[in-house]
Amino acid sequence: MRCIASIIITISAFVLSLSTTHADGHMSNTLTVVSWGGAYQKSQVNAYQLPYQTLNPSVEFVWDESGAEAFAKLRAMSEVNNVTWDLVDAVPAEAIRACDEGLAIELDHDAVLAPAPDGTPATEDFGDMIVSDCFAPQIVYSTTFGYRTDRVPEGVDPPSGACDVFDLETYPGKRALEKRPIANMEWALLCSGVAYEDVYDQLETEEGRARAFAKLDTIKDQTIWWSAGADTPQLLADGEIFMGSTYNGRLFSVIEEQKQPVEIAWDWQMFDLDGWIIPAGLPEDRLARAKDFMRFATDTQRLADQAKYISYGPARKSSAPLVSTHATLGIEMAPHMPTNPENAENTFLYNYVWWADYRDELDQLFQAWLAQ
Amino acid sequence: MADQSAILTADGQPLKVGLRRALRAQKLRAMLLIAPLLIFIVLTFLAPIADMLFRSVENRIVSETLPRTVVTLERDWETLDTSPPETVYAALAFDFSEAVERRAHTRLATRLNYEATGFASLFRKSGREIDKIGEPQAEFLINVDAAWKDPATWISLLADPSWAQQAYDRAGEDVPAFRLADRVAENLPETASAYESFARTITNVDAANPAEVAPWSSVYLALSRDLAIAESLSGPEAARLEAARDALATADLPSAAEQFAEIDDDWADPELWEVIKTFSSHYTAGYYLNAVDLKLSLGGIETQPAGKRVYLLLFQRTAFMSIVITISCILLGYPIAYLLAHLPLRLSNLLLILVLLPFWTSLLVRTSSWKVLLQQEGVINDILVWIGLVADDARLTMINNQFGTIVAMTHILLPFMILPLFSVMKTIPPSITRAARSLGANSWTAFWRVYFPQSMPGIGAGCILVFILAIGYYITPELVGGRTGTFISNRIAYHISQSLNWSLAAALSTILLALVLALYNLYDRIVGIDKVKLG
Repeated sequence: MRCIASIIITISAFVLSLSTTHADGHMSNTLTVVSWGGAYQKSQVNAYQLPYQTLNPSVEFVWDESGAEAFAKLRAMSEVNNVTWDLVDAVPAEAIRACDEGLAIELDHDAVLAPAPDGTPATEDFGDMIVSDCFAPQIVYSTTFGYRTDRVPEGVDPPSGACDVFDLETYPGKRALEKRPIANMEWALLCSGVAYEDVYDQLETEEGRARAFAKLDTIKDQTIWWSAGADTPQLLADGEIFMGSTYNGRLFSVIEEQKQPVEIAWDWQMFDLDGWIIPAGLPEDRLARAKDFMRFATDTQRLADQAKYISYGPARKSSAPLVSTHATLGIEMAPHMPTNPENAENTFLYNYVWWADYRDELDQLFQAWLAQ
Repeated sequence: MADQSAILTADGQPLKVGLRRALRAQKLRAMLLIAPLLIFIVLTFLAPIADMLFRSVENRIVSETLPRTVVTLERDWETLDTSPPETVYAALAFDFSEAVERRAHTRLATRLNYEATGFASLFRKSGREIDKIGEPQAEFLINVDAAWKDPATWISLLADPSWAQQAYDRAGEDVPAFRLADRVAENLPETASAYESFARTITNVDAANPAEVAPWSSVYLALSRDLAIAESLSGPEAARLEAARDALATADLPSAAEQFAEIDDDWADPELWEVIKTFSSHYTAGYYLNAVDLKLSLGGIETQPAGKRVYLLLFQRTAFMSIVITISCILLGYPIAYLLAHLPLRLSNLLLILVLLPFWTSLLVRTSSWKVLLQQEGVINDILVWIGLVADDARLTMINNQFGTIVAMTHILLPFMILPLFSVMKTIPPSITRAARSLGANSWTAFWRVYFPQSMPGIGAGCILVFILAIGYYITPELVGGRTGTFISNRIAYHISQSLNWSLAAALSTILLALVLALYNLYDRIVGIDKVKLG
């Protein structure tokens, strides 16, 4: 089998190399990119792919929308030595594990990523966003709460952040939370009075966990537990829930594009990142193309441009001043960014490395708690 | 009798033989006809499943990544409440250096992290700092004699002379696999072993030539350990070895255990070693135990703490809900099938299309439409509130719970009940019920005693189809099941695509498969599988 596979690979590599010889040297002319579909992928097509194709008209893009199962598929592909993807859009937690398992290649960030226009090297421009050796950051998004403005009881201030989700007395109504421990456990502890810097120490102890679950217990029956990012926007639009957590880009489209009576409560929004990883074991020509596109797609202008199409913040410091207005709505995008100072008074950057360790254990505890 | 057996065919052979040959040819032809399908199924269906299920017991990664550690741990470490002896840490140093070079240590960490939290970051951190292990020994030895920095010293000490010749000749080219010199493994066992893994790994992984690279610091650690107990030093480099031994005898260098503890205190934790020892065998029952809320430890099998028990509950719930769904399908499907079977053909064909219609719509659309119908602000609740049956502030919760899953799945699986029922009912002659009526049975008795028993094979087929489909379902429970209406398959899907603990997923699937087969067997004994008809 392996022999046949290697023959096939050699032949296809040969055919590919034939088709690229007349283009630019040794780079492959097709690029298979894995992303998450929906508005997010569209923003990548508009901000990265189209300008790249004007520069390189011969390059063809194939988009694969299996972002949610990317890690599992990548592992399966690598087990049979037949990786068909060139570039994968992944969250840090997955990038770290893909790196651990040798599924993604390690990057020399200053060499493969473009410096800022003023010459600042990439590692400085991205700063803390480079959370793994295999990870090239793109955007900052956050998981935060949206609420129905028309359901806020009279004479009460609207909710301001994550802790209001636990306040059933002031804000009656159903909630929506994601069906996993990440973010929920942190919020539960923060809102039961644990200091920001103690959250993860507490989560390592029995008492801390019990405390988090006790806090979640208070709203367990009033909560709809979602697993798809589209759930909370739908539940909010239908008036099923009073408030619920989801990605801030989804809330932006509920508020600004669908004009629903919904607002965002930004306090203790949970920052997360999204970026590229390059699968391990690519042939030279495909690797060269993937790196070339990645360098282009993570430069200062491209990251700023993406914010025209979706309300996710650029991961580069140098991109922030370039963020302009929405491509079709024409509204100023900066106030909708999770990184906007007014929205980012209290934020939580969750600890990927900690979760890489504790995820299996806490997930089992969380699912057991949920099922009972 | 004797006459009969002697019946001959026209060409003089016994009839029996001729017949058997003809039959064999026929069988062979039949086999050849189904062979393409059979091979296709075996290759694309059975083999991958078997491979996947095999992962539920496979556990080679520990002993393949840390071979020396596992052996030493088994041999030298008995008292479980103290950290293991120095030999184990030394073996770990050699194994870990190799694993880091092959980038296998984080892979192993992912595996062990399923059993106990903390391995992932411990291994990642130690991997980054692995050069520190043996560093004091390396510095000391190089201080004593700078020749220890020179790759050539190590080659002349350890390598087989003919291999060394090849390595020098082929500088910059492919170097053949490293070979140890004779007897060196007896005199300097750990050094030989550590250097051998160094030489082989850098030739394989980095395509480097051991004749040009100084060994890993863990090799210096090995040499200092060997010298501490070596009796006679003869052979190549004997003078150097003796000088090094004499210098080491008076030096006070940190042990491997201390150096590991320097990187991270967790390395001194006996619990960590207990996990490694428990999961050091090639095959493990650990995944199966995890799948039934137990866990493997050195002391034997323990139950999981209360907060972590979830799988048995989910198995129970899956079985219970699948039974409820099957029964609801019978109750709803039977009258429809009866109606279909007894209406005039034109009308019944039209209705049959309505039954089949859901098959032509996407599963996600059907499930989502149940959301629209059943949610609190949904159509059904709106109607109930409008006609005054339910107060506006006490709307019914009909979705994101067990009820929602049962309703949505009953709807989705209903055709699988109706179709076999319909085709069986079609074959029941209407004259039989009429005969029963003419013999004095009232319409209920005629149905219950005469018609119903004849439709049983259809119910049997429908039940098997619906139950088996239901027990493995996961999209619908995921979307409408909420907290209490999810199945075991949702956990399997989670372990396949999120946690990537494929072995646990395989164990859970095997148990589910065994459960289905056991129920099928039970069904066969009680009802009899030959009584099942699809038409």
